[in-house]
Amino acid sequence: MPRLVSHPDEVKIVSRRFGLGADKIDRYVELGGYESAKKCLAQGPDWIINEMKASSLRGRGGAGFPAGLKWSFVPKQSAKPKYVLVNGDESEPGTCKDHLIFLHDPHAVIEGTIIAGLAIGAKLGFIYLRGEYRYLLEIMEKAVADAYAKGFLGKNIFGSETEFQVITHSGAGAYEVGEESALMESLEGKRGVPRIKPPFPAVVGLYGGPTVINNAETIATVPHVIAMGGAAYAEVGSPRNGGTRLFGISGHVERPGVYELPMGYNLKKMIYEVAGGIRGGRGLKAVVPGGSSTPVLLPEEIDIGMDFDQVGKAGSMLGSGGVVVIDDQTCIVEFALRSISFYQHESCGWCIPCREGTDWLKKSMMRFHAGFGEAKDIDNIQYLAENMLGRTFCPLGDAAAMPMLGFVKKFRKEFEEHLNGKPCPFAKHVELAVI
Amino acid sequence: MSDETMTLFSPRLAARLDTLVEKYPVRRSALVPMLLYAQDEIGYLSDAVISEVAQRIGITELEVRNVATYYSMLRFKPAGRYNVQVCTNISCMLRGGFEIYERFQEELGIGHKSVTSDGLFSLEEVECIGACCWAPAIQVNYEFYDDLTPELVPGILDACRLKARTEETDAHA
Repeated sequence: MPRLVSHPDEVKIVSRRFGLGADKIDRYVELGGYESAKKCLAQGPDWIINEMKASSLRGRGGAGFPAGLKWSFVPKQSAKPKYVLVNGDESEPGTCKDHLIFLHDPHAVIEGTIIAGLAIGAKLGFIYLRGEYRYLLEIMEKAVADAYAKGFLGKNIFGSETEFQVITHSGAGAYEVGEESALMESLEGKRGVPRIKPPFPAVVGLYGGPTVINNAETIATVPHVIAMGGAAYAEVGSPRNGGTRLFGISGHVERPGVYELPMGYNLKKMIYEVAGGIRGGRGLKAVVPGGSSTPVLLPEEIDIGMDFDQVGKAGSMLGSGGVVVIDDQTCIVEFALRSISFYQHESCGWCIPCREGTDWLKKSMMRFHAGFGEAKDIDNIQYLAENMLGRTFCPLGDAAAMPMLGFVKKFRKEFEEHLNGKPCPFAKHVELAVI
Repeated sequence: MSDETMTLFSPRLAARLDTLVEKYPVRRSALVPMLLYAQDEIGYLSDAVISEVAQRIGITELEVRNVATYYSMLRFKPAGRYNVQVCTNISCMLRGGFEIYERFQEELGIGHKSVTSDGLFSLEEVECIGACCWAPAIQVNYEFYDDLTPELVPGILDACRLKARTEETDAHA
C-alpha cells in the first residue's frame, strides 16, 4: 500500500479524504460527497462553467490549460453525442498522484465526471486507467457500481430527469496514450497514435463527438471547486494558477511522497523542508520539476514558485507536478540515458523526427556513457534534439527533446568528462534491457 | 459467442467479455481490455485467442494483431506464472531500481523477458509503473511492491513459490 505523508504546510483539498475510507460510498457521502454534483444539477451549465473559470483551475496532466475555458469550447448544440473522458493513463516518469486519487477517493473522480458532463451536456463519461493500475481499476469499478446502485449515475441521476452514465476502461501499457488524441484512439480500440489538430477534441473528439478530456486530478478537483466556490479556490493559489496541486516528490530526498501544496509554493522549500532535504546529507545536483519531460533545473535555479507561469519563466515546465530530485553523486549522462531510453521505447513511430530522433539520441547517450563519446557528439545531441521540437503530431517528440537539450546545455562539462574513453566517474550501469 | 463450446475461455470470463462488448457505444472499444483480460486467463495472446477476440469484436485477426502489437503489456508468448516487472525509470533508478533488477536476475538466473525453466517466474525491466514516490517499486503480475531493497527480493520470490504450492495443493484437494 503506498505510504501517505503529511506536512504542516500542506493545504489538503484534493487529498482531504485520503486515508479516511472514502472509497466506500456511504463514507464519501458522510464526508460531504456528491453535494457538489447535486448543486450543479440545480444550477445548470452556465453557472458551472463560470465557477470553473473563476477558479483558474489549470489542467493537472501537464499542459496547464484552464479547465473552465476548455469546457466552454464545447458547442452547446451537437448532432453527435458529447462525451467526458477522464485521463488516468498516468505514465509520466516521476508521477504517481492519480494512483492515490483512485485508491483513496474514487468517488471524487466520478463526481467530477458527472459535473463535467452536466457542464457540457454529455450523457456519458469514460474513466480510462492505465493497464498496470488493475487494482485501482477494480476500486473504480466498485465505486461506479455503488454510484449506480444509489441512483447517482443512470437514467435519472439524483432523482432528476437528467441522464449520466460512466464507463471504466483499462489500457494495456502505452505512455503515448496519455496524449489526448492518442487516448481517444486507444479508447476506440485502435493503436494509440495521435490525431492531427485541429479539429480539437472539444469539437471533434471521441467517436467524432465533442469531447472534454481532463486529467484525473483535474476532474477530482472539480467537486471541491464547486463546494468552495470558484473564487475561493482561486485564492488558495497564485495569480492565474488556482488552488493546490498534488506534488509528487521522488528521488534523493529524505521523505519522498505526494504532498498537496498551494500553487506557487517555493520549490527549494518543497525539497528542503517539506521533503526533508537531500538524502544522507548529500549535496543537490539538479531537479526535474514536473515529470521526466521537463527540462532540468540547477540548484541555483530552484528558488522559484511552483506554478505554470513561474516555472515556465525559469526555462522549464510545471508539467505533471512530479518533482525528481537528483543528488551530487549521480551521473547526469546516465540519468539522461535512462530518460531517453524511455522515450525511444515509447515513441510510436508515427512521426519520423520522433522515431529517428529518440533512437539516435539514445545511441549517442549510450556511446557517451560507455566512454566512447566524441566532442562533436555533444553538439550533435543538441542538433538532433532541436530538430525534433515542434515537428511531431503529439508532444512526445518535444517531451523527449526538451530535457536532453537541458542536460547538454547545463551539464556540458560533465559530458566532456566522458570523452575519449574516460570512464564515468559515477559509473554503475551501462547496459539497459529496455530497448 | 453465447455457445459455450465455441469459446476458449472459462464461463466466467466468457460472460464478462459478452458484457464488455455491449457496454460501449461501439463494440471495437472493448478490444484492448478484452485482449488484456483474455491474456490474464490464457497467459498470452495465442493464435486461438486472437481469432476468438476478432470474432467477438467483429473485425479481422489482422486488425487485432495490428492493435495488440502497440501495447507493451500484451504478449505473444507465455510469461511465467509470476511475471516480475522491475521499474528502472528515473525515480526508481535514483533509489536503487537497477540493484533490485540485478538481484532478481541473480536469484532467478534469467534476464529481460525470459522465463524460468519451471515456468514459475518471468522477469521484465519495465518503464515507469506510477509508484515513483515509493521507489524502488516492482509489480508481480498486478501486485505492487514498494520501498524495496535488494535484501527483500528473495522473500518476494519465496512468497510466490509458497502461493503456487498452496494453490496446487488446493487444486488437488
